[in-house]
Amino acid sequence: MTERMTLIGGRTSKQGTALSEGKHGANYLQVTSTLEMNVEDMARLGLKNESRVRLRTPIGEAVLRCKGRETKDLPKGMLFMAYGPLSSRLMDGDTAGTGMPLSKHLDVEVEPVAEVEGPSGE
Amino acid sequence: MAEELRVVQDATCTFCGCVCDDMVLTVDDEHHKITKSENACVLGKAWFKEHGIEDRPAALIDGRPATTAEGIEEAAQILARARFPIIYGLSDTTCEAQRVAVGIGDMIGGTVDTTTSVCHGPTGIAFQGVGESTASLGEVKNRADLIIFWGGNPAEAHPRLFSRYAVTAKGMYTPNGKKDRTVVLVDVRRTPSTPVADIFIQVKPRTDFEVLWALRALVKGKPVSPSIEEKTGVSLAVLQDLADRMKKCKYGVLFFGMGLTMTRGRHFNAGALLALATDLNEFTHFVAAPVRGHGNVTGADNVVSWQTGYPFGVNFSRGYPRFNPGEFTTVDTLSRGEADAALIIASDPASNFPQPAIEHLKRIPVITLDPKSSVTSQLARVAFTTATYGINVSGTVYRMDGVPITLRPAFKSPYPSDEFILCGIRDRVRELLGGNRLPPVEAPSAT
Repeated sequence: MTERMTLIGGRTSKQGTALSEGKHGANYLQVTSTLEMNVEDMARLGLKNESRVRLRTPIGEAVLRCKGRETKDLPKGMLFMAYGPLSSRLMDGDTAGTGMPLSKHLDVEVEPVAEVEGPSGE
Repeated sequence: MAEELRVVQDATCTFCGCVCDDMVLTVDDEHHKITKSENACVLGKAWFKEHGIEDRPAALIDGRPATTAEGIEEAAQILARARFPIIYGLSDTTCEAQRVAVGIGDMIGGTVDTTTSVCHGPTGIAFQGVGESTASLGEVKNRADLIIFWGGNPAEAHPRLFSRYAVTAKGMYTPNGKKDRTVVLVDVRRTPSTPVADIFIQVKPRTDFEVLWALRALVKGKPVSPSIEEKTGVSLAVLQDLADRMKKCKYGVLFFGMGLTMTRGRHFNAGALLALATDLNEFTHFVAAPVRGHGNVTGADNVVSWQTGYPFGVNFSRGYPRFNPGEFTTVDTLSRGEADAALIIASDPASNFPQPAIEHLKRIPVITLDPKSSVTSQLARVAFTTATYGINVSGTVYRMDGVPITLRPAFKSPYPSDEFILCGIRDRVRELLGGNRLPPVEAPSAT
């Protein structure tokens, strides 16, 4: 079962502090492999906190762990993740003549993943 | 041991574009680390705490330890041989190092680009088309009574922007801080910044341009259809209220982030916001300011501009600077497979660029300068370990509002600065090429 949703990439303070600790550190890998998702969307897809989901774009795919957000904070159909190696896998190199790749509001396919498969990069 | 601790007053944090220059650092010289950073935000505290001296080789060549001199020789050979070399990064180093990097780009007929191209590059394009109504953060603190944050999350990315300048700060004409200001936040989702706002306006993704254009119409007294709500998620009444507030305020500010530049519309979004600020100056005083990410990304814009005439994405392959976003910007030169060597200074594109660009980085010789091991340094042919600017190295950085600040380092590093290494590379490349790769361009004849 897959659904199409809108992915927002962005920065978080936890990502910022983990950045200074080092990009090979556990904290940075953890924060950049976490996907925030609307709790109603998660319930419909049979997902709980820490469940795995696969995101797919025409460029590539990545597996992340879910973290629920209430509808008032993150509307249905919207996803958020911190920039990092996994968000890169989903981004197109075409900048439409601007130099800027689309990094926010990506159309992604969302698919629950069996528990035996960990996040990409683990 | 208490007697071995030293206090550095008025040090500067270079983590983000706020460049807070009121740090009080406690330094443990014996262990080469900062044990306390008063006044720093959560990001600044981690920045100072985690930038001690790591035991790493001065350089790695193909993964093998090497001296700085050996690294400079290898890097110079790579750049002198390359046909389409690119220089990228530069937003986390001093203006002095940036200047040398641009000189290398000129000498080798290469392409110089900075992280601006993947942050506020579209804003730079919009500045050229629309112009900028600007102010220093000091003016904002002292005068602004309406602050609008659009497409950004300062609470997590620039925590002290609120307390030092824009929300709770008390200024000459804002003696009561937040009580003297109305704060509006426009975003597609609630973030930790939202509670700061008196008014939160939630727009649908990819509709910022439409909302901004509708506001321009309302400010000018033109009719807007109520169907704007269906398209953008924001009712006409909310937009009219905001337009009225903007016209009635004494001093308004539009701070904007990458929620505008990294999404559909890019420079059109930024241009619409800048045009709105310009329109508002018919009625009151209004300014617009991009909220900048890296500590000296504003310096990079300035240095590249004053040396080439353009802020980023500059190519020297014809012997004179040409600017063309989409052609000479780094995501493009990599994703199209054009670059045949890369000098990456204080940046980690392999951890945040689109995958096609990263794949090409893996195929070409890469030179990195970075205080820490990064994803990019791990794939580099030559990886230099450098001293950290602001902590080990003095120099000049530009705050996000364009105010230059001199850095006051806390302790010395055994590793050289970016500027030292770049000067070494520049001098050796000059020897290898016998001067500039391309002859100077002659002025056109008068006849």
